[in-house]
Amino acid sequence: MTQTPAPGAHNAKVMNRFELTKRAVAQLKAEEAVVAGIGNTNFDLWMSGQRPQNFYMLGSMGLAIPIALGVAIAQPQRHVVALEGDGSLLMQLGCLATVAMLKPKNLTMVVWDNGMYQITGGQPTASAAVADIVAVARGCGLANSAWAADEDDFDRLFAAALKDGGPTLIAARIDDKPGTGTTDRDPVQIRQRFMVGLGVRK
Amino acid sequence: MTDTQTQTAPWHQVVLETLKRNDVRLVPYVPDRVFTPLIKALHADDFFTTFPCTREEEAIGIVTGAWMGGMRAAVLMQTSGFGTIPNAIASLVCPSQIPAVIFVSERGTLGEFNLGQAMVCRTMRPALDALGIETHTITRHDELAFIVDRSIKQAVATQAPVTFILSPLLTGGKVFAA
Repeated sequence: MTQTPAPGAHNAKVMNRFELTKRAVAQLKAEEAVVAGIGNTNFDLWMSGQRPQNFYMLGSMGLAIPIALGVAIAQPQRHVVALEGDGSLLMQLGCLATVAMLKPKNLTMVVWDNGMYQITGGQPTASAAVADIVAVARGCGLANSAWAADEDDFDRLFAAALKDGGPTLIAARIDDKPGTGTTDRDPVQIRQRFMVGLGVRK
Repeated sequence: MTDTQTQTAPWHQVVLETLKRNDVRLVPYVPDRVFTPLIKALHADDFFTTFPCTREEEAIGIVTGAWMGGMRAAVLMQTSGFGTIPNAIASLVCPSQIPAVIFVSERGTLGEFNLGQAMVCRTMRPALDALGIETHTITRHDELAFIVDRSIKQAVATQAPVTFILSPLLTGGKVFAA
């Protein structure tokens, strides 16, 4: 299907989620935590390399940003990145208002917008036609919200976000390529590894 | 608090002190009239980080992230809010073994005036039973501190969620002005 870009994203290049995920992970030098939402978002994070500071959400669609916010509150010295899809975020838009209210400096939200519920058969999301994720985020009070114009722009926005000037939201238009693999499906192991990666468990 | 103080303190103070004693520092909530004195007291105490969320499942996500980051957390909601979170509990909290501490202000019973509240109340305990979650309905002030304190310790030790349903018999509930 053809995606009509959100009003604010009409100049943004359509990129690839796995490529951008690898670019983001390549910038992580300080054991930053990464929480990835359900489906292709966490599949591509998994395939980018299984850092101990990665959390792969297996259910609870829409809760990647709230989980990341919880980590950011618990560990204010660590930067936390949430990776989320447009369909998932649309399910839990209220979390953007909560993040804006709390203003955690150490939280970056990346939204992959392919305008579809890809993993369930490619049904269109509201963001394919009318909803502008960045405009929504700004309306919630997240002033540091922007569409990535292209890969280099994404790199710049992400690098700036990691300097704890957040909260920051970066939206990227992405293509309809599926995820590049799948995660293990052992939630206890995923949670335990993450807690070890965050220094909470030995 | 001493035992004597616990017996004379209002229910919300007993809950606050018990959370503090168990190092539960983070308390996201979705508001409830009956919980208002507890919420006010949490906001007034620097020990706690407390704030409203837009949905109860958002609060469940925050509590989960905080636990994995090393901070104990509890969430406050009312009965109708519980009706919105079974998916988050079944697909995140239970499979990931998160000791989420969930306080529910019980609406829908003992003089309820809103049929919507009464019907959602009937779904709560069957859902909790189906999820296999340790649940205590607290009706008596003299049992409050013991149940909450021991159950938080059990939740942490066994890495399992716990739900406290605070009955109108404890809190006074919300009164129908008829």
